Amino acid sequence: MCGPEGRDVMGDWLPVTSTTAAHRGVRPHPGEPLDPDAAISVRGLVKRYGAATAVDGLDLDIRRGEIFALLGPNGAGKTTTVEICEGYRNRDAGEVRVLGEDPASAGRRWKAQLGIVLQSGAGDSQLTVRELVRAQASYYPDARDADEVLELVGLTEKARARGRTLSGGQRRRLDVALGIVGRPALLFLDEPTTGFDPEARRQFWSLIRSLRDDLGTTMLLTTHYLDEAEALADRVGVIARGRLAEVAVPSALGGRGSAPAVVTWREDGVRRERATATPTALVRELAERFGGEVPELAVARPTLEDVYLRMIGKRPEAADDAGARDEREDPAW
Amino acid sequence: MVTTTRTAPLPSLASVYRTRAVVELKEFSRQREAVVFTLLFPVLLLLVFGAILDYDIGGTVGVSIGFVQYFLAGVTAAGILGASLQNMAISIATERSDGTLKGLAGTPMPRHAYFVGKVAQVLAVTVAIIAVLLLVGVAFYDVEPPRGRDWLTFAWVAGLGAAACTLLGIAISSLAKNGRSASATVTPIALVLQFISGVFFQFSQVPEWLQTVAAIFPLKWMAQGLRAVFLPDQLAAVEPAGTWELGRVALVLAAWCVVGLVLCVLTFRWQDR
Ligand SMILES: Nc1ncnc2c1ncn2[C@@H]1O[C@H](COP(=O)(O)OP(=O)(O)OP(=O)(O)O)[C@@H](O)[C@H]1O
Ligand SMILES: [Mg+2]
Repeated sequence: MCGPEGRDVMGDWLPVTSTTAAHRGVRPHPGEPLDPDAAISVRGLVKRYGAATAVDGLDLDIRRGEIFALLGPNGAGKTTTVEICEGYRNRDAGEVRVLGEDPASAGRRWKAQLGIVLQSGAGDSQLTVRELVRAQASYYPDARDADEVLELVGLTEKARARGRTLSGGQRRRLDVALGIVGRPALLFLDEPTTGFDPEARRQFWSLIRSLRDDLGTTMLLTTHYLDEAEALADRVGVIARGRLAEVAVPSALGGRGSAPAVVTWREDGVRRERATATPTALVRELAERFGGEVPELAVARPTLEDVYLRMIGKRPEAADDAGARDEREDPAW
Repeated sequence: MVTTTRTAPLPSLASVYRTRAVVELKEFSRQREAVVFTLLFPVLLLLVFGAILDYDIGGTVGVSIGFVQYFLAGVTAAGILGASLQNMAISIATERSDGTLKGLAGTPMPRHAYFVGKVAQVLAVTVAIIAVLLLVGVAFYDVEPPRGRDWLTFAWVAGLGAAACTLLGIAISSLAKNGRSASATVTPIALVLQFISGVFFQFSQVPEWLQTVAAIFPLKWMAQGLRAVFLPDQLAAVEPAGTWELGRVALVLAAWCVVGLVLCVLTFRWQDR
């Protein structure tokens, strides 16, 4: 159970030695007790808004020191779940422990260990960016230096600009700065990179990784960018209709690691496509048949997006159904 | 262990209060509309009314008192209303709808510190309004500044009035969807109250039933208390009760403080619904 770079967090939760759900890298069972060692442990969480059920029996364990990405379509219940963990919303049923406490009743000491980047962001302000980050820092026991944090999020040039004059992406960076300045042990990031340009996104990714690797910060991240989840997360959870559909390391989500590969090539003027568990053998066979280069040869595994869309029920003709339509013409190619 | 156990103590209340007070003062003073609307508008009113309505109101009781002297009491009460009730209702509604309040609620800042900052803002703006109005009155319209014990009355009427209106403003902010709708609701109400509470003309000229309506709200009592400060005692005879009724002023304003506080506790929200 390692991160994208094969990282091994502290070694003390290696899957072989442990039996709790978090350590097996899977979804905990509803009946399983709360995991006392987890940064976040949730069992049977239910949240209703009037007659509508937004979160419907959600079980989740997030271990200390990991980056956990929550994926799911609009309205799946990500923000609701995250804000219950942050103490902003009440739940209708279920148990929640965040850093060992129930968010519904935890106090200021508990809050001092959290960093929160809300999906909705912070408000307009007449204060400058630096003043805002300094003010935020003054609420925490062991805050970071404001200018250092501005450097980390790439806002140094805007340090003297008023908060309300920032562009959308700059505002979002300010939100991140406000979230990390208190040196949180647990950082919530609800769609943090909305509005980021590609460079800002890369900078943000390396910031997030360094928070985990250098400071041991635990992070719960929601995102609609699958590349972001794949690049950052140690584990991803897919939430659909208020339930956790699956939890896995990004490379194994939806059986991705063992899913059949799809080999495509051009033969007799048409695109051929075949799903196979043994792509190497197929390629060798093709190479012999063509006596050298196979025209337009490609071997692909299902992308995270493919398995994600299948899991949330948006792509019925999923990649691993392709075997049924072996060697067909595909106008999409 | 991955997480460090936090041994550092939470920041002292004094330092958090200082942060909040500084934040609130900067937020106010850098917002041009707030400064113009809250601070300069009463001064403009004083300048214009002073220039137009320069007649004597003391004839019936045998003293010579210009209307500006009377108006200064009223416009000061209106200025305090603007600095407290209108300012709080609009700024807090804005901060609730734009997420500022929700952001603060997610930090370890003690929640009451937010209100400490707001009180500091109201105090500073109130003192500034009173100082500017007095200066303009004295410099341009020969207004007599309060003397001796009048300052004490001035202090408690202004303080108690500002406290009641601040609490009411905080409570009203919860009714509004956002700052703009708070402004659109509160501004006309304040204007009507100013007309019936003896700000723009003598309270004795207001029809009796409207006087009764005005007497429900704090502004009338603030203006009356400030008239006791700015006008000679002979003019108390023109008041509805024939005296300044300072005891009743204190009682009504204190009652509004209690009502406002209860409403605040019952209705205050840190985030939009
Ligand atoms: N305050 C609320 N009042 C009523 N319904 C709500 C409220 N907040 C969320 N909902 C509903 O609950 C469901 C889940 O919302 P939530 O915000 O948790 O989704 P999400 O997964 O964060 O979506 P997105 O990706 O769009 O941010 C939605 O159907 C939403 O309409
Ligand atoms: Mg959301």
